[in-house]
Amino acid sequence: MRPLLYLLTFCCVMALAFWAYRENYATQHGMKEVNVLRADIAHLRESISVQKAEWAYLNRPARLRDLTALNFDRLQLLPMNPDQFGDLARVALYQAPPSDMSQMTVDMIELQTLTAPTEVGAPKP
Amino acid sequence: MIRTPLRPLAQILLARQAGQNPDMIERDNLAKRHDIMRESTKGRSQLRLAVLALAFFAAFATIVVRMGMLAASEPVEPRLAGAESGISAGRADLTDRNGRMLATNMVTHALYAHPKDMIDPVRVAKELALIFSDFKVADLERRFTDGRNFLWLRKVLSPEQMQAVHDIGDPGLLFGPREMRLYPNGRLAAHILGGASFGQEGVNAAQVIGMAGLEYALDSSLRDPSLSNQPVALSIDLTVQDAVAEVLASGMTMLDAKGAAAVLMDVDTGEVISLVSLPDFDPNDRPRPILGNDPALSPLFNRAVQGVYELGSTFKIFAVAQALELGLVTPDTMVDADAPMTWGRFRISEYEGKNYGPLLSVADVIAKSSNVGTAHIALEIGAERQKAFLQSLGLLDLSPVELSEARGTYPLVPKNWSEITTITASYGHGIATSPLHLAAAYSTIANGGILVRPSLLRDHPLENMPRILSEKSAAQAVGMLRGVVTRGTATFADVDGYQVAGKTGTADKPNPQGGYYKNRVINTFASLFPASNPKYVLIVTLDEPVDNTGPKPRRTAGYTAVPVAGEIIRRVAPLLGLRPGLDLAQETVVKAVISGSINQ
Repeated sequence: MRPLLYLLTFCCVMALAFWAYRENYATQHGMKEVNVLRADIAHLRESISVQKAEWAYLNRPARLRDLTALNFDRLQLLPMNPDQFGDLARVALYQAPPSDMSQMTVDMIELQTLTAPTEVGAPKP
Repeated sequence: MIRTPLRPLAQILLARQAGQNPDMIERDNLAKRHDIMRESTKGRSQLRLAVLALAFFAAFATIVVRMGMLAASEPVEPRLAGAESGISAGRADLTDRNGRMLATNMVTHALYAHPKDMIDPVRVAKELALIFSDFKVADLERRFTDGRNFLWLRKVLSPEQMQAVHDIGDPGLLFGPREMRLYPNGRLAAHILGGASFGQEGVNAAQVIGMAGLEYALDSSLRDPSLSNQPVALSIDLTVQDAVAEVLASGMTMLDAKGAAAVLMDVDTGEVISLVSLPDFDPNDRPRPILGNDPALSPLFNRAVQGVYELGSTFKIFAVAQALELGLVTPDTMVDADAPMTWGRFRISEYEGKNYGPLLSVADVIAKSSNVGTAHIALEIGAERQKAFLQSLGLLDLSPVELSEARGTYPLVPKNWSEITTITASYGHGIATSPLHLAAAYSTIANGGILVRPSLLRDHPLENMPRILSEKSAAQAVGMLRGVVTRGTATFADVDGYQVAGKTGTADKPNPQGGYYKNRVINTFASLFPASNPKYVLIVTLDEPVDNTGPKPRRTAGYTAVPVAGEIIRRVAPLLGLRPGLDLAQETVVKAVISGSINQ
């Protein structure tokens, strides 16, 4: 009985040692990866800040003004002006065409037959 | 230890009787004694052996453990952590109120040299001089060969320059990373931002510190590492700022002015939406301050904040508003306006020697800008009350705005507030403040009488500010200012739909040698709009403008600052999301009702 117990304990210790060994390397690998990712993030952050700076530089008002002047024949952009405020009442809103009830029900039936043919046809043997 | 005798007498006698050899007893005892001695010696030597073994074991175990550790651990190069260098380079971005970038950081490189590592200093000097035009070959050669170990060459490199230096390929030329402050909008808002430069410098990093403006005023919080990820939002609106700067610059050119300033302020919060001072500079390449001369000549001078001017008749509304508040007058009260007025040895006259008198209503005193009328109102108020009122409007103290320049700019106030001071101060002479002070004071009138605290930050704390004027007197004052635009001295600013109200001011420039210049003026137009429900205050100040379009040069604000301000309002009000006011809207509603389209 006792040798068996010794053997089991030994096996246990060996298994744990193996697990610890693997865990050690996994941790080291993980740490390396974290460092790489950190460097990546820092690099990407830097890139974003450069892109942001460039975006702000390209969109600086002085440049946009020059561009609108250069492309005036195509875009015809002018500075905003008080006259450009409109009134809601002046907007031509969509108006439903006048229609009577019977016409509408017919439309709905037609719509149903158009949209649901499979359901109608499904129970057929 | 009790020694046993070798020949105990009793045993010897017994042995002799028995006929045995007594020597045997002696030998036997000797042997026993030797046994005991051997045992004790053996124990001691065993202990010695054990101690020695332990020592050897410990020594070898240490070696084994150390070897094991060296074998098992990963070889890692010692790295310099950012915090350990002692220089923190991060700096928070600055954005406008809508999040558009005003100042940010960019990574670039500085160039330094280790002359002792150089292979061919002479060639390096020649090649560097080709890349950087400000380097001299002889100078560089001397510095590379005089035996020093370290040498800074450039604080900031462009990527192209860096590549060119790389191409020289000398191991003695080295690059250090740098965070550089970048202002993508160039000159726009230059005076607000100020500019930055390098403080403490090391090979691996350099500190970016603010030089002026907000960069200097907010330096410590911008540099705070825990806040460096969060951009600081200013109250400035970039689009509005650009429109104001553009109109102001063209106005300045057309009117041949030396300088100009404009302040646009939200009347309820005191937020500065736009602050322009011309001429301006590029904060990316901040010029050096001019020494010796008048600092106002430098483009670095912020006319809107540092420029302390006598703002002339724009001050008249304060005297009238106070008189309304005290119940001394109503807008229709007739006051003495018989010019010229004599007070002691002083003569107070109107512009171009006119006479609006003998009597003028208070509303007309403002509309026609009568010095004499205002003087009489101010005399009724009295010196003490007038001073206290101007003080409560913040016109006699430092402006609380966050700019570093504002902290050193005291308004010029007469020390002795005599009655003649009361008279001149009522029409803005003998007392000098900055346009920003004036904007804050006009905001108080515009928002119904509550003091505002000018601020350049969008998220500034809102405090409960004291009420300076009753709503009624503030509204009456606004109504009178509207009269100036509809029928007074500022008709050029009557922008359709925005009900501009305001007051012109023309002040002769003081001569540093004493007295005033004859033909040099500071023209100011202080306006608020829309008059029915004021939202914004705009101050426009022009330095030595002259309108040459007429038969003779005109230098009053009505022909210079007023049209410029009108154009600014026309451009800026739509950008601020202000619909043209009631007059236009009502018209369209009426039209819509007539055409019958409104019910559909």
